[in-house]
Order: sequence, then structure tokens, then C-alpha cells
Amino acid sequence: MNEKKNHILSVLVENSAGVLSQVSRMFSRKGYNIASLAVGETEDPAVSRMTILVYEDEAQIEQIASQLAKLLPVISVRILNRDNSIRRELLLVKVKADTRETRDEIIQMASIFRVKIVDVAHESLTLEVTGDFGKSEALLKLLEGFGILELVRTGTVALERGKDTIYDV
Amino acid sequence: MELTGAKILMECLVEQKAETVFGYPGGTILNVYDALYDYQDRIHHYLTSHEQGASHAADGYFRSTGRTGVCFATSGPGATNLTTGIATAYYDSSAVVFISCNVTEPMLGKDAFQEVDLTGIAMPITKACYLVDDVTKLADVVREAFYLASHGRPGPVLIDILKNVTAETAEYTPLPLQEHPNHGHLAQVIARSSTGFKSIDTKPECLEKAAEMVAGAKRPVILAGGGVIRSGASAEVKSLAERLDAVVTASIMGLGGFPGNDPRFAGFAGMHGSHAANQAIYQCDLLFVIGCRFSDRVALSPSHFAPNARIIHLDIDRAEINKNVHVDRPLIGDAKDVLQKLLPQITQQSHPDWRAQIAAEVREPVKQASTLEPFEIMQTIESVTGGQALIVTDVGQHQMWASQYFRYRYPCQLLTSGGFGTMGFGYGAAMGAKVGNPDKTVIHVTGDGCFRMNCNEMATAQHYGIPVITVLFDNGTLGMVRQWQRAMYDCRFSATTLDRGPDFVKLAEAYGIHGVRVATAAEFETALRQAIASGEAAVIDCAIDIDETVRPMIAGGHALNDYLLD
Ligand SMILES: Cc1ncc(C[n+]2csc(CCOP(=O)(O)OP(=O)(O)O)c2C)c(N)n1
Repeated sequence: MNEKKNHILSVLVENSAGVLSQVSRMFSRKGYNIASLAVGETEDPAVSRMTILVYEDEAQIEQIASQLAKLLPVISVRILNRDNSIRRELLLVKVKADTRETRDEIIQMASIFRVKIVDVAHESLTLEVTGDFGKSEALLKLLEGFGILELVRTGTVALERGKDTIYDV
Repeated sequence: MELTGAKILMECLVEQKAETVFGYPGGTILNVYDALYDYQDRIHHYLTSHEQGASHAADGYFRSTGRTGVCFATSGPGATNLTTGIATAYYDSSAVVFISCNVTEPMLGKDAFQEVDLTGIAMPITKACYLVDDVTKLADVVREAFYLASHGRPGPVLIDILKNVTAETAEYTPLPLQEHPNHGHLAQVIARSSTGFKSIDTKPECLEKAAEMVAGAKRPVILAGGGVIRSGASAEVKSLAERLDAVVTASIMGLGGFPGNDPRFAGFAGMHGSHAANQAIYQCDLLFVIGCRFSDRVALSPSHFAPNARIIHLDIDRAEINKNVHVDRPLIGDAKDVLQKLLPQITQQSHPDWRAQIAAEVREPVKQASTLEPFEIMQTIESVTGGQALIVTDVGQHQMWASQYFRYRYPCQLLTSGGFGTMGFGYGAAMGAKVGNPDKTVIHVTGDGCFRMNCNEMATAQHYGIPVITVLFDNGTLGMVRQWQRAMYDCRFSATTLDRGPDFVKLAEAYGIHGVRVATAAEFETALRQAIASGEAAVIDCAIDIDETVRPMIAGGHALNDYLLD
């Protein structure tokens, strides 16, 4: 109960001004830390969906979900756990690759991890990584040795497995 | 009909039967005040001395009547002057609709004169807030704001309207109050699972489990919070208490929710709560908590709170469950509703020994000094008014004495800033209470520190003939802070001694209000009787000793049997 873990909150919100700040302020005011946050429109343009990754214990997650649900623009909140959801994150990572050998080595690694190379230059390679948290962390560890020039990530998005949806809350 | 935004706002207030508004005008809200001029017969506006006074007046009006308070202010400093009042209302779940105006749309975001992002400021201290930039949406926003303020867990809602919106016109179609929930965006909000308006889960099995849990209790205690009052659940709480043969305690916000003169009542619990109430919570094996959020002034140490009890927590706000104290059985819903469903499942119990055990812990105050003592003042108010006076307090020692030494008989009888602890709340709130309850005697219990913060509102009381009786516990110090300095800072009385003016009797008189100074219980009684008989506002300046102390006292973080002062 008191052990901290990564949890995912999937939140449907009205697509209107101020919603993002209202949600993020609730986190800061209550002292919870957002590990990642991804927002985008849903199939209904009036509704956005936020996926919030939080590192907290179980009791706190319940509390955060209840607090989120109280915000007027929040339509529904769902806690997604590792077993019942598919999680993906997209990373773009630019790696130093100024010799043929390093380039080859990185390209090989990319193919093992099934990762796309999306930009090739004389001194660098840019990789597009999609996967869950574990996969990207493992690859990044390996790439660190070559020198990561810059890195950007979308934040995790997630959907429940099976036919259940956020609308069934 | 085609109306300006300002008139639409007036029509919407009429729809709500909001006949009383407290406020203060200024540049951006001029159109609204101009429209108000035509509605004077239907909407009574009270111009206060300060926006903060208006905000507390609207709050006091709600707390004492259950009818949503309304408060107007202009942009910029008018708006920021509201913020303490908004937060005060928020922390005590008070339904107030705050209406402010902002600069015109082309000026927005340009740091124009008196522009402030009030919705940004108020976000964490409102239940909802709106920035209205489209006159066609105004009516629905106002309807939604009033609905949200007063439904579910009540709370303040802010509507900030751009000045141009108040001048522009739109078609206004009247909509009867009972239709509001079926209309527009509000209908969608109500339908959502997240808001808790619909799917409040007092599933039969939850009720059954709660009934099972209480069935085995040997030492049951009920802890009633402000939610009992807001829900109107007093009768149900009384039935529950009788059915369980329980001892009853309350938070300060819950005082009046259960009759203070009933032999089951052990006083309020917490930091300055009665010994009997705190012992009851400490020793009980079943604690039934109703509409109470386990604030740190009640559950000073969440992990040592009711250590021997299983806890049932009934609250309308799901987010209060397990927020501060971990409970064994949550029941989510309106207290009155849920108790009505639960009561038939509870069989009659009998615990005379337990009740006698707690009754033996009751300690009556005894007179120790020759000077006027705080308990005498409250007991005199109680006897002179037959326990019926509506008491409105400020914040400090006098607030605790007012809570300890007056047996509140009915819901909404005590108005106090429990959650936010706002010095300066009292006068405005007392005016709002008196305006909403013209037949009741309204007593404003204050301290010399607090009265300095809100005495400007004597001008309002005098002008409108609002007979608030101020009982000033004049100890020449910021007593509550001094008490902490004495107990925890080795009597280093840093910046708490009020060895300075004004002469409060003369000050009252300067405002055209009768003032009198008293130094004994007999003098106080005479002055109080005169003030009540006069039918006018009055200030009774009661000289009390600088070192009068609120007892008992438990320090923050400690268990309910661990006294700093007993
Ligand atoms: C606006 C505000 N400022 C400061 C405080 C901190 N505070 C709490 S009680 C208190 C003293 C109040 O003094 P007084 O009105 O004389 O009442 P007493 O405690 O003497 O009865 C102070 C300064 C507060 N609660 N609110």
C-alpha cells in the first residue's frame, strides 16, 4: 500500500482554456509530482485525453484520482495498471556517431531493438523509439556510451486492454 | 428578449431568487451597477466598507440561511480584496457566488489598468471558476455557477465577466429554476460520473456492512461535522445517536448539528476540544464520523486518532475518504439520505455504562479570578438569549471560548471560520447573518485584534440599520498567539501585545454605534440586555485579563489524551 510505483492516470477533460493549468496546479498544490504528461484531442474534438504518469503509492493514487474528479472540466478518471493496459511512449534521440564503426554499431543495435533511424548525418544519427517505459530505458542505457546529443520524449500514453474503455467508468 | 449582459445577470439573479447582494463597485463593473439601479426593488444591494467585508457577509448569509450568498466586486484590487473571503468560504464549504468584472476583451492580457487574472488566482480556492467572454453564454454560466455552488458539497464559485460582455446584448430566455439541471452544459456536468451528483455509491452492500460494523459496538461515538449542518441531517443524527445509544461529539464546524444541551453531547473534539469529547474518541471502539474531514485541528495526529476504534466515515466528497485518516468503512453520499437508508438496518443498542463513563469526564468551568472571565460572558449570552442567539465569531481565543461555553441548540447557530481561520471574518459574516435572519439576535464575538481588522464595517451596519451586537473580548493582546508564545516560546511575547488604541467605545460612537465598556459579569449582562432591547447595533467592550488561557490544549501532531495544557 505504501510502496511507491509508477501509476498511470487516464483523464478525459473538456478541451477548453485553462484545463491543463487546473490539472497541473492540483498536482503542485497537493505536492504530487508528475513524471510525464501527454495531452491530445480524442475522437470528439470537444474532449481531450490526458495520460499522467505519477510515481506514488497506491493510497495517494486513489486520492489523486478523487481530487482530479472534483475539477469541473474533468469528465472522467481511470487508473490504469501495468497488467490491464498497453503503454507506449515515443522518443527521439540524437546520438553522436562520427565514425563508420560507431554508426554501424548503432544501426545494429537499432535493428535489434526494432527502432527506426530517422535522420542520418556525418556526425550523428537520430533514432525514433516507440515502446513502453522499460524498453526505452534499456536502449537509452546502451546509447549513453556513444554520447546522447539530445533527447525528447512524448510522455507515456496508455489504453486499457480488452473491450473496456474510459467511457465505462 | 434582447438584453445587455448586465441585465441578463440581473435576470439570472432574479431566477435564483437571490434578493440580497453584498458588494463594492468600480470601473469595470459599472454596467452591472447601472443595471442594478433598475432592479433595486428586487435585488437589495449592501455597499460594505471593503470587499472583504462583502465577501464574508455573503458567506455569513449562506451559512446562516442555506441560501446561496452573492457578492460583487470590480477588477484588480477589488477582485484581490475578495480572495481572503473566497478562501474562507472554500475551506468551510460555503456556497457563495462571487461575481467580478474584468477589463474589456481587447485589453485582456495587456496588463491594462486594474487587470488581474482573478480566475487564475481563485482556481485553487473555488469549486469552479468562469471567465465569461461571450454574452450569449452568460445566462447559462450564471445558472451553472449557482447550481454547482449549492449542490453536492457546497463551495464558492467565481464568475469573472469581461466588461464588454456586460454591455453587449444577447437574447435572454427566462428559464425556471427547476429546469436548470436539464439544460446546456450543466446537464452534461450533472450526468458525469466524476462529479458525484449522480452516481453516489451508497450501494446496499455498503450500508449492510456499515450496519454490521455498528452492531457489535460496545463504546460507540458519533463525530458530527459541518456536513451534518449542510445536509440538514440533524434529525437523522439524533435518531442514530439514540439507536446506537452513543456518545456524540462534533468538530467546531459541526456545533449545533446535534443539540449542545442534550446529555449525550460531550462537546467538540480536537485541539481545544472538551476533555470528555477527546476521551470519548480516544476510548471508543466505534467512531461514526459524519460530514467531517478529519482536519488537523480535530485529528491532530492522524495515526493516533481513535486508536481503539473501527471508523465509519460518511461524506459527500469522495476525495475526503482516506485523505487524512484511514477509515474502515467509507459511505459516500449526502448525510441525510444515507442515514435515512441506514437507520432501519440498525437495531436498538444500550450502553449506559459507557455513556456514564464519558459523562464522568465532563468538566464544568469554575470561576477563579475576580475579573470578568471568558466563560461568564458566553454563559451570560446563553442565559440572556435563552440559548437562541446566533453567534458569529472571529478567530482566536474568543472563538474557542465561544465554541466551548455556549451550548448550540440548532444547526447554523454558530458561524465561524473553522478551516481557514480568518481574522476579520466576524463582522461581515454577522451582518450577512442578521440580514438573512432579521428575527434572530446576532452576536458577533470578537477579539481586540480581529476587531481592528473589520471594525470599518460598523459603518455598514449603522447605515443599513443591521443590529449586530459586538461582544469584544478585550484582553489587550493577540491572545491566541500569546498563548502559544507562553506555552512554547518561553513567554517571549514578540509583537503580540496590543498596548495601543483605539478606544473602542469612542470608535463605535464615531460610527454612530452605541459603545459600552464592562468589567464584571453583572455589568456585561446589563449591557447585553440593553443592546438587545435597543434593536440597534452595539459594541460591548469586555475587559478581560491578558493571560486568560484556552484550556485544554493539545499541541499539533499529538494524540487526543496528550495535553499541553489541561
Ligand atoms: C488574517 C489573519 N492573520 C493572522 C492570523 C493569526 N492569528 C490567529 S489568532 C490571532 C490572534 C487574534 O487576536 P484577537 O483578535 O485579539 O483574539 P484573541 O485570541 O485575543 O481572543 C492571530 C494573529 C489569522 N488567523 N488571520
